[in-house]
Amino acid sequence: MADPNIDPVGRPAAEPASVVRIRGVDKRFDAGGQRVTTALSGIDLEIWRGEFVSLIGPSGCGKSTLLRLIGDLTAPTEGSVEVNGKPAHAARLGREYGMVFQAPVLFDWRTVEDNVRLPLELLGLDRSERDRRIAAMLELVELSDFARHHPYQLSGGMQQRVAIARALALQPAILLMDEPFGALDEMTRERMNSEVLRIWQQTGTTIVFVTHSIPEAVFLSTRVVVMSARPGRITRVVDVPLGNPRNDLTREDPRYFQLVTEVREALRAGGGFDTDAPMASADRLNAEGGIG
Amino acid sequence: MTSAAPAVGVPLPPTPGRVARLGRGLRYYAPAVITFVAVIVVWELATSSAPEPRILPPPSAIVAALIENWGAGRWPLFDSARATLYEAVGGLVLGTAVGVLVAFAISRWASARDSVLPFAIAANAIPIIAIAPIFNAWFGVTNPFSKMMIVALLVFFPIMINVTRGLTQVESSALELMRSYAASDWEVLRKVRLPNALPYFLTALKVATTLSLIGAIVGEYFGGSTTVIGRVVVQSASALRFDVTWAAILLAAVTGIAFYLVVVALERALIPWHASVRGDAPA
Repeated sequence: MADPNIDPVGRPAAEPASVVRIRGVDKRFDAGGQRVTTALSGIDLEIWRGEFVSLIGPSGCGKSTLLRLIGDLTAPTEGSVEVNGKPAHAARLGREYGMVFQAPVLFDWRTVEDNVRLPLELLGLDRSERDRRIAAMLELVELSDFARHHPYQLSGGMQQRVAIARALALQPAILLMDEPFGALDEMTRERMNSEVLRIWQQTGTTIVFVTHSIPEAVFLSTRVVVMSARPGRITRVVDVPLGNPRNDLTREDPRYFQLVTEVREALRAGGGFDTDAPMASADRLNAEGGIG
Repeated sequence: MTSAAPAVGVPLPPTPGRVARLGRGLRYYAPAVITFVAVIVVWELATSSAPEPRILPPPSAIVAALIENWGAGRWPLFDSARATLYEAVGGLVLGTAVGVLVAFAISRWASARDSVLPFAIAANAIPIIAIAPIFNAWFGVTNPFSKMMIVALLVFFPIMINVTRGLTQVESSALELMRSYAASDWEVLRKVRLPNALPYFLTALKVATTLSLIGAIVGEYFGGSTTVIGRVVVQSASALRFDVTWAAILLAAVTGIAFYLVVVALERALIPWHASVRGDAPA
């Protein structure tokens, strides 16, 4: 576990405020009839302001479910989830979340800027403030030139950048990302990883990131939370003391390889060696199946 | 298979300009036009020397009958088409309005779905020909409203089912996104479900335009005003004036196509972003 008094990012330490506090959380799903699936068991996790935490584990380990618990998209069976010092439900009603899913979930009937505008409309901001924030967000994700385009005119990576801009438009306390780059090819994914790190450093937003890619988790995170399946639980938390900013050279750093190995061994020890892409969809299904 | 060979050394055509685009357009429509002209010519040649009365008169006779009966005479075709279109549009508006309202109700409340849907399905199972005489008697055989009710019954179901689909078949992640923004049901309806349902609605409306003319004409078969397409068809056929019958059918078809094209234009104006409308050219 990370020491809350040490700022993992190496930025001037703000007060070590807890953004997410998960205490003794169990999550069980009714699998129909008498069968009950235990998705998560005995989860304790604390995430501090400005952290970049990845959740990684084999399919069925409940990493997506854990993310949804933080976002109050599903409720815990036992235990409590607090965000910014209040229950997750209150945080959601207070619009303190930004969500990015594996699919960009952009609306075709809206242009790029109107997609980013959506949460601002819901917040009821006045027009000039909206326009100011949209311009700032599109600049942040470097899509200012595409403001008037429609989503279907953009590549997959660009669409996901629009989704990130939309998620950050509310200036959320926490950004939840559920395998956001899982559908992208390896080259685009690496570019998006650098992009996300830049955005994280520019905005200082706390990010929780679900992935099934070990290199991605290590490259991005200040901490990697390793989970195992049946029942889903946290088996290890690996600190990633790689400096910032991280770039292509980081990927060639021996310490980076060491950490990748460390996470891989932690996964293996937890019984989850295979974290390849095809498994991830099963994992999502598992998580989504439990919502309804 | 020579076409499989790579076209090495073949000079590329010049940059496509207006002329090239026109050429491509011609080539696209040419097969249809050629077929159409060929059918008309064969039809004309095969039927022009047949003895009267001809059940299938030559195209020239049909066009002559259309012109002759356009404004006056026993079968005033223009007024008939206008009256039939009036019934069709009136019924379409009525059926669409009710269909959309019911769709909203059943996509919002499960209790509405459970109580209304069986009856809607049952109503849809009634053959329209069986119910038309009843509606004529019920709402007044000479009153255009009786035909509108038949049309309304006919178009209600496809509109209702499609709009319901559009309102409910929303990506689950889109709903989660709205949930993460703590959006109200009303906001989800307005910003997600409604725009999502629009393409479904317009697709159903295209089907409904054709259905509305069928419904109106079937209703007319069972009596009512004589200056309507349905009566012209029945009476001219029994008077062995098949040229007039065909002229009326031609007019009904053209009206139906025009009606359909209006909805296509509406579609282009309302949902230019949808895959069915947009040209899929990337930026």
